[in-house]
Amino acid sequence: MTMPSSLGGRLLAEPIREFGRAGIFLVTAFARMRFGPLQLGEILRQVYFVGARSLVIIVICGFFVGLVLTLQTHDTLTRFGAGDSVSTVLALSLFRELAPVLTAILFAGRAGTSITAEIGLMKATEQLDALDLMAIDPMERIVQPRLLAGVLAVPALVLVFNVTALLGGVFFSVYMMGSDPIVFWSNMQASVELMKDFMGGLMKGVVFGFLVSWLAVYFGWSAKPTSEGVALATTQTVITSAIAVLLIDFVLSAFML
Amino acid sequence: MPDPSAATDASAVAIRLDGVTLKRGDRAVLTDFSLAIPTGKVTAVMGPSGCGKTTVLKLITGQLRPDKGRVWVGETEVNKLRGADLNHLRRDIGVLLQNGALFTDLTCFDNVALPLREHTKLPEPLIRRLVLLKLQTVGLRGAATMYPRELSGGMNRRVAMARAMALDPGVMLYDEPFAGLDPISLGASVRLIREINRALGITSVVITHDVEEVPKFADFCCIITDGRVVASGTPDQLHQSDQDVVRQFMKGLPDGPVPFHFPAPPIADDLLAVGV
Repeated sequence: MTMPSSLGGRLLAEPIREFGRAGIFLVTAFARMRFGPLQLGEILRQVYFVGARSLVIIVICGFFVGLVLTLQTHDTLTRFGAGDSVSTVLALSLFRELAPVLTAILFAGRAGTSITAEIGLMKATEQLDALDLMAIDPMERIVQPRLLAGVLAVPALVLVFNVTALLGGVFFSVYMMGSDPIVFWSNMQASVELMKDFMGGLMKGVVFGFLVSWLAVYFGWSAKPTSEGVALATTQTVITSAIAVLLIDFVLSAFML
Repeated sequence: MPDPSAATDASAVAIRLDGVTLKRGDRAVLTDFSLAIPTGKVTAVMGPSGCGKTTVLKLITGQLRPDKGRVWVGETEVNKLRGADLNHLRRDIGVLLQNGALFTDLTCFDNVALPLREHTKLPEPLIRRLVLLKLQTVGLRGAATMYPRELSGGMNRRVAMARAMALDPGVMLYDEPFAGLDPISLGASVRLIREINRALGITSVVITHDVEEVPKFADFCCIITDGRVVASGTPDQLHQSDQDVVRQFMKGLPDGPVPFHFPAPPIADDLLAVGV
């Protein structure tokens, strides 16, 4: 294939090729998907590794995001005499945008990098070859469980993020600023739509979980089997995941509004 | 003298490569390469680093496909197999990779049990007994609950050996099984290769360049250089060979038909080059 002659064309050509390769990889992974007792056990094990082990960072970040968001909105809204709407702003911004997006980016940093590094190192130490030689499909044994684990884990983590961020908001608004808790909760209840706002955010979590896991397993799978190659692959996972999540978030938000 | 590269009796040959040519880019790794591995014996495939030994192993397992020529394992033409058919063949081939390639997140027991759990419907108590027997064979039953990181390199390779023979394959392939081993581990590995071959009545191929150890376990040897079999025979026959390339390899001479220097322009031209 000839290289495009313009600078813009050359800059775009490689990302498009990479996207094509990642697409073919994904189609192959789905085409070879198989569910047996061993496979389900491995998926659950991966949900624990990528999900449960990300809980601490999600809880801590969620709490502080809720805290700082309430601090900023409380200050601004009080100036305009709308201090009672803090919980509405907090809940809508969390459920619709902040929780799914931040959880996905944190997930990419915590679990995505570990998936990429693990698969890259398995490649470098011939573990993928060993599976292949034992007539065990590495795509089925290694890639698919990690891909599906992300789809299951991220929405659950979004839920946890929502809860801890709300607790952070309640802590600041009710306990530090003395707002009325009944007003806080009732305003939130009145303004949040369960399906559109709350479930929409969880759906975003499913999409982002799939996106981040796909990129993480792809970059691990295609990493050069050297220490430099694995390091580069983990960096690619974080950067590409963050950009992809923000980009897809805009598209999803535009459709969901 | 029995010559593995020239064996013609189909039943006496477990693995055969016929006129295989394989290129990587413009460079030919193997050129019109032919080799026949006798059934039920231990065959050592030797040669200097980069001569194509591991490529031969990858051709046998179907990881690589030849550009020209054919590869047979028993009655099966490997280079024509794809997908499920190739996997079916691989269940009958045990491979010990150079560094063992054990799964670091699994215990030794689970590493050995993996192929049994994937490919058989045996009940767990029976799998447990089979795994313990395999680990007993390599002397590591006591390490069943340990992780690969807790064992030495030599022990890891022995666990990998137990995993490779978990499904009782008809062919065992060993890729550089002695590289980096201490004398005790090396002695244990040599004995195991010999014992496993004898006890299971299988065909073994050992890729190695350890000239000293070969007579202790191999029935036949062949030497590869520049992508061709240049000599074959019993270890004693190769030790007594007066062929230059065989003498150089068996005696570990640094220079000879296999040159010490990588091809380069004359040193005077390089040193006296103007403007460098």
